[in-house]
Amino acid sequence: MDKGKFVERVLFLLALSSISSLVIITIFIFEEGLPLIMHTGLKDFIFSTHWAPTKGFFGIGAMIVSSLLVTLGAMVLGVPLGLACAIVLAEFCSERVRRLLKPTLELLAGIPSVVYGFLGVIWLVPLIRDHLGGPGLSLLAASVILGIMILPTVISISIDALTAVPDVYRDGSIALGATEWQTVRRVVLPAASSGIITAVILGMGRAIGETMAVIMVAGNAIKLPSSVLEPVRTLTSNIALELGYAAGRHREALFATGIVLFVIIMVLNLSATLIARRR
Amino acid sequence: MAWRLHPRITQVVAKTILWAFTGLTLLILVFIIVNISVKGLPQVTLSFLSQDPTDMGRHGGIFSTIIATVYLTLLAIALASPLGVGTAIYLTEYTREGWATRIIRFGAECLAGVPSIILGLFGFVLFVMKLGFGWSIISGGLTLAIMVLPIIIRTAEEAIKAVPQEYRQVCYSLGMSQWQTITRIVLPSALPGITTGIMLSVGRSLGETAVLLFTAGAALRTPTSLFDSGRTMAVHFYILAREGISMPNAYGTAAILMFSILLINLVAYGLMQRMMRRFS
Repeated sequence: MDKGKFVERVLFLLALSSISSLVIITIFIFEEGLPLIMHTGLKDFIFSTHWAPTKGFFGIGAMIVSSLLVTLGAMVLGVPLGLACAIVLAEFCSERVRRLLKPTLELLAGIPSVVYGFLGVIWLVPLIRDHLGGPGLSLLAASVILGIMILPTVISISIDALTAVPDVYRDGSIALGATEWQTVRRVVLPAASSGIITAVILGMGRAIGETMAVIMVAGNAIKLPSSVLEPVRTLTSNIALELGYAAGRHREALFATGIVLFVIIMVLNLSATLIARRR
Repeated sequence: MAWRLHPRITQVVAKTILWAFTGLTLLILVFIIVNISVKGLPQVTLSFLSQDPTDMGRHGGIFSTIIATVYLTLLAIALASPLGVGTAIYLTEYTREGWATRIIRFGAECLAGVPSIILGLFGFVLFVMKLGFGWSIISGGLTLAIMVLPIIIRTAEEAIKAVPQEYRQVCYSLGMSQWQTITRIVLPSALPGITTGIMLSVGRSLGETAVLLFTAGAALRTPTSLFDSGRTMAVHFYILAREGISMPNAYGTAAILMFSILLINLVAYGLMQRMMRRFS
């Protein structure tokens, strides 16, 4: 075999590393978690809200609902803020301002999640406790922190989507007498919509998968919340809080929790990829 | 006829709201940085950096956690860089778009979306339990490597693609082989971009907690072998803050953590910008 062919083979093997990692991760998580789901029954596992692993009750219904609510809350805060930043950066500011603002906003992505969680505990939780009531550690606190944490994802992907819209669209609209805002709202945003939806979906994935910050501010009580001021426990927190000491069926149940999380994330990623490809 | 606002007034209102939102986002960023700096930087002294933590971290510094962080990060980068850069070379230089590239890209994209707690679970069951490495630098480093692999692939691919096609054509016209072209011309030209990916991966590894808590453990001793458990700065900070062990030390650790990551990211961003400008 000549050298060129050999090099190509080796590179091909290296290139398989990411997909094979993904496959191995999937196999191991399912291998560890599926027996418990079989044992409990998928319906009971997902819909029951009774989680008492030492007594043999494995229902993660409350955590699924909490994860979804926390994510929804994060989107309510993060999407408008992130989209606003993206529109300003892509459409309404000068080149010089953009060159300054864009890297600055990207710094948000570099701040570790434990720091977000820590500041949430120090500042946000007391604020909620004193002014809105409840224990402070709550669905609301987790939503706000996650809303901030997804900003870099939403901003950077939305900016890419907006700048990908050809300038002739804008010029045409302005030439017809539309204002800049009308142009953005009626022409640019619709043209960039699939990219923006991708940004929102990936932001959701980021929010639902976040662990450390949520553990620190969400309060971690296992029940269906009846208000945003009540503490909640998400799927991710459940895994991280109990993995340290779980054994036997209990540990399997945590991997089963991981399966549910993994499936949700993969569905989100797949739809993001499909939507992005349609563009 | 329904009463309508003049489009120009709507525009002023819309722009004001959008700028206000942008301002709010910047304000949040400034608040985070200022808060950690004001409370954290005064804690950071030479002895804080050079002494080991004592009494669970209540006293002393963070030296052993710095060492553990450096070991874990180096191991992760050493494992992920060849895989990531190799993938990028294969994707850009050796194939046309087809099913193979699509699967590889899809794998990288999905891997980038896998939450760190899932990676933690995976590392825990495979490296810590099944392979019997226990809570150790090697378990943590292997799992971190998987976490940063997509970052390295994406940036390296972007960097290699940015190298103008003419460079390659000139090489071929001089009779160089494809591999010579790649190693002598393409990779050196793309080096700033590849370095960017590696630096971003270092930044990501520094801040990671969920993965390491269940793969590298949280032992406070300085790790002396690959099979020792080690507590990184981020994990140390998390434990200090969550268990209320020492707020001043927590702030100090947070400050070092945050500023090292921000600095690394800024330099990485600058490198990529400079390279892209040179080629465009």
